[in-house]
Amino acid sequence: MSEPLLKLEGVHTHIGAYHILHGVDLEVMPGEMTVLLGRNGAGKTTTLRTIMGLWKATAGTITFRGEAIQALDTPDIAHRGLAYVPENMGIFADLTVCENMLLAARNARHIDQMDAKRLDWLFGLFPALKTFWQHPAGLLSGGQKQMLAVARAIIEPRPLLLIDEPSKGLAPSIIQNLISAFRELKQTETTILLVEQNFNFARQLGDRVAVMDDGRVVHAGSMADLVGDEGLQQKLLGLSLASHS
Amino acid sequence: MKIPDSPAQIMETLPSVKTDRLPLFLLPALALVALPLIGSFSTWVTLTFAGLAMGMIIFIIASGLTLVFGLMDVMNFGHGVFITLGAFIAVSVLGRMAGFTESPSLVRNLIAVVPAMLAAMVAAGALGLVFERIIIRPVYGQPLKQIMITMGGMIVAVELIKVIWGAQAIPLPLPEAFKGSLLFGETAIEKYRLIAVVVGLVIFAMLFWILSRTKVGLLIRAGVHDREMVESLGYRIGRLFIGVFVAGSALAGLGGVMWGLYQQSVTPEMGGAINVLLFIVIIIGGMGSIGGCFLGALMVGLVNNYAGFLAPKVALISNILLMVIVLLWRPQGIYPAGKA
Ligand SMILES: Nc1ncnc2c1ncn2[C@@H]1O[C@H](COP(=O)(O)OP(=O)(O)OP(=O)(O)O)[C@@H](O)[C@H]1O
Ligand SMILES: [Mg+2]
Repeated sequence: MSEPLLKLEGVHTHIGAYHILHGVDLEVMPGEMTVLLGRNGAGKTTTLRTIMGLWKATAGTITFRGEAIQALDTPDIAHRGLAYVPENMGIFADLTVCENMLLAARNARHIDQMDAKRLDWLFGLFPALKTFWQHPAGLLSGGQKQMLAVARAIIEPRPLLLIDEPSKGLAPSIIQNLISAFRELKQTETTILLVEQNFNFARQLGDRVAVMDDGRVVHAGSMADLVGDEGLQQKLLGLSLASHS
Repeated sequence: MKIPDSPAQIMETLPSVKTDRLPLFLLPALALVALPLIGSFSTWVTLTFAGLAMGMIIFIIASGLTLVFGLMDVMNFGHGVFITLGAFIAVSVLGRMAGFTESPSLVRNLIAVVPAMLAAMVAAGALGLVFERIIIRPVYGQPLKQIMITMGGMIVAVELIKVIWGAQAIPLPLPEAFKGSLLFGETAIEKYRLIAVVVGLVIFAMLFWILSRTKVGLLIRAGVHDREMVESLGYRIGRLFIGVFVAGSALAGLGGVMWGLYQQSVTPEMGGAINVLLFIVIIIGGMGSIGGCFLGALMVGLVNNYAGFLAPKVALISNILLMVIVLLWRPQGIYPAGKA
């Protein structure tokens, strides 16, 4: 088996006086989508933020492509090739859709320097972006903002995407759009670590799954195994997902 | 690359682009209200121009301050020191170029004034770099300490300025060609006020262009909105902040030269005296907003001059009154910067 692209070993995170992550172990294999499940407050967002360096791990190691990144600053981590779609999407509301994309395209100093082919591909995935290209991003609907947030993360090829609950608050038809977009994205060898509470969404896309509870990963395995094992689902997700299915 | 798309389709599905034009009527409204109170049209024109000129200078000074707050929530109560330093640099440069400033030729005047302004900007920018490093950086995210230490930093810097230039007021006469007025029928407009308005407009246009057309400008606006996301996209907000801080200090230095020439005298306390006005301006405008800062500065300039004429005793509190009224209308200021 190949080496994991991203590996967390015994990661602890404190936020102020609170001890939030209690030794997270997690492996993300290249080219796969790993879904991070777990009830509210389990520490999923904190895990992603710690990987991005937005919180600093107080103990443990985070290895990306063999390099320890837990002590790096967020911009340096981004430059290693990690892209982050936060829970609140992080859209710059005053800027246009186009300007949001330009800021995400680190290699382009000007709109004309953005990769036109890649933009066309993105417009294919998310047609709304093309329609509202020159409009302030703050005017987009929730689903459109989510699409912009994802598009921004992949405007240039990035080896690893961290995406936090993209389905949150979206109508089922929009979620279906996202699922097809992620399917197509998976064809491009992009590795994705997806936080998702919607198991229905997760099962359609995930290759692997890790379940968190109380600041730890309490289960890790293949998605197929979890989908095939109702008992395991009940045990791991009964608490968290009953209300979501 | 291609720009989409069918406009009809866009109108259908998106609320019309919200341009907030209401605040733009504030200035004319203010001026119109003042006219009957003042009575004389020519006095009103003179006061209005004086107010606009003062407002433009305040805008030049305050523009950096509002961005510094927007980007890093830094309350810099020491901003006034860059004004003072800029003004004293102008005293030194122009003092050595009396042959140029006393000549009636505008070109010869400019040969003295432009280098004085550039020197003031370089000196204030350099001081800004030092100030950011040793005063601001240790207190990121600690508002109370920021207030104390930036005020303290300013006191120290002002004392150093006194050591170099002395504690007395020093005259800073206008260059010959800047003196006097242009007559438009009955009403006289001082040339220097006209110059100040033009310089202010040019600076505003430049800042507007940078913030809306360049990637650095877009990053600054994005950073005002959501610092963490800018970092997650791979940009060092700290470097962006230093750049904004130094540029803002340099602009304050330029404003100091212009303010010194406006008052034709320079004192070590001049920066501190203006500090309160600066904060009124950026609070009125909405902390972090350049457009708001521009409008706020012009309003403060106008109110200052109208009130100074109508009721000199309440001139000082008139600006505070203006701020209270604006905040009752829009509690976040004219153009809230919309922090995430
Ligand atoms: N800024 C913060 N300060 C203090 N505690 C925090 C902070 N952010 C998160 N926490 C706490 O950390 C724990 C984990 O939060 P986290 O946001 O990582 O959970 P999550 O799994 O993403 O939950 P959700 O499904 O609700 O998004 C929670 O108990 C939360 O209250
Ligand atoms: Mg979360």
